[in-house]
Amino acid sequence: MNKPYNSRDWMSHPAYLHAPYKSTVLRSPTKPLIPLKQTLSERTGPVYGHEKVGVLDADLTKNGAKNGEPLGERILVTGRVLDEDGRPVRNTLVEVWQANAAGRYIHKVDQHNAPLDPNFFGGGRCVTDDEGRYTFRTIKPGAYPWGNHYNAWRPNHIHFSLLGPSIATRLVTQMYFPGDPLLDLDPIYLGTPEEARERLISKFSIDVTEPDFSLGYIFDIVLRGRNETPMED
Amino acid sequence: MPETTTATASEALKQTPSQTVGPYFAYGLTAGQYGYPHTAIADSTLTDNETEGERIRVEGIVYDGNGDPINDAMIEIWQADAEGRFNHPEDTRRPNAHFEGFGRCGTGTDPENRFWFDTVKPGAADVGEAPHINMIVFARGMLVHAYTRVYFADEAEANAADPVMQSVPQERRHTLVAERRETPTGTVYRFDIHMQGDDETVFFDV
Ligand SMILES: [Fe+2]
Repeated sequence: MNKPYNSRDWMSHPAYLHAPYKSTVLRSPTKPLIPLKQTLSERTGPVYGHEKVGVLDADLTKNGAKNGEPLGERILVTGRVLDEDGRPVRNTLVEVWQANAAGRYIHKVDQHNAPLDPNFFGGGRCVTDDEGRYTFRTIKPGAYPWGNHYNAWRPNHIHFSLLGPSIATRLVTQMYFPGDPLLDLDPIYLGTPEEARERLISKFSIDVTEPDFSLGYIFDIVLRGRNETPMED
Repeated sequence: MPETTTATASEALKQTPSQTVGPYFAYGLTAGQYGYPHTAIADSTLTDNETEGERIRVEGIVYDGNGDPINDAMIEIWQADAEGRFNHPEDTRRPNAHFEGFGRCGTGTDPENRFWFDTVKPGAADVGEAPHINMIVFARGMLVHAYTRVYFADEAEANAADPVMQSVPQERRHTLVAERRETPTGTVYRFDIHMQGDDETVFFDV
């Protein structure tokens, strides 16, 4: 009871400064982080469950539809949210946002010369079940150019935001797709320690693929654990 | 350094790496604030009419290493209620029914690129701790979020005795203290965040 959460494993996370990703240069702390002995402040955090989730929130193929279906390749993205000991993180909120099939965000600042889709919004959320599982239906996001360097393109990705049980478990990340040739050119992906990178890549699964309807991808997410012995299942 | 237990090492899973929130979080995470047709789980207002406690606003600007305001950062706060209780199962005291204690605000809608939170001044959560607000900074250009804490300038005595504050080198502690001022619309605590520079804000390895 009341054990601290494990520290961020800096062999798994990017450093603040990764010069090839140019925006990090002026936005990264330059002084070492100060170790903090967790108090109740860090062992607690916002708790949001099903009351914050509407019926269509997890279906991005429907939650932005105005007069038809969004264009693009329908996909199902599912996975389990686990802690480092393999325990499911239950009833935790997962928020996602992404570009449409053409690589365009609905965000007002996105000036990429690719079409918006009147039937696609690109934001969603859901709450994990008793096994820690979440599922989204969506459209495979397109790649898009960005200004980091000449001819820079972001690989296809979906942004994920997770709360977990405390502010110590907070995680914002991006899910990528297997076999994307842009990954090895992307300074955001490459800012991640090499041994940890593949954890950001979803796996195609024929089992999750729905016949005659959509391809399926699995993306499991591991949040910080609590340094306890796993319970027997 | 994280502690490791040999008993679980063989089956331990590795943490999923963090990635930047990027420039386009607004419609996904803070839709209401930015005027998108989607709801957000939280915004800048933490109180309702029946929340007990002293009403305060906490506001500030996030500055980059050139001293320019960052207009695409997202700030989250998590805090105890006016009596120092967290609305969370791990705090077994009965929480304020009208206060969740979580807020979220982007820096892209205010003309000065401020973030702001309308909340109550938290009480100390435990004996010997100073009242504070936990703050998390996300932004394009930040591959990992950064944790800091907002302490209150009018709590100098409690701040001096707070163990976390004491773990910070004396000359950097001021970066964690919000200045209080009274305005026609209420009490405002100013808490600017400097990612770099002489007054670089203290960030914690939570
Ligand atoms: Fe993106």
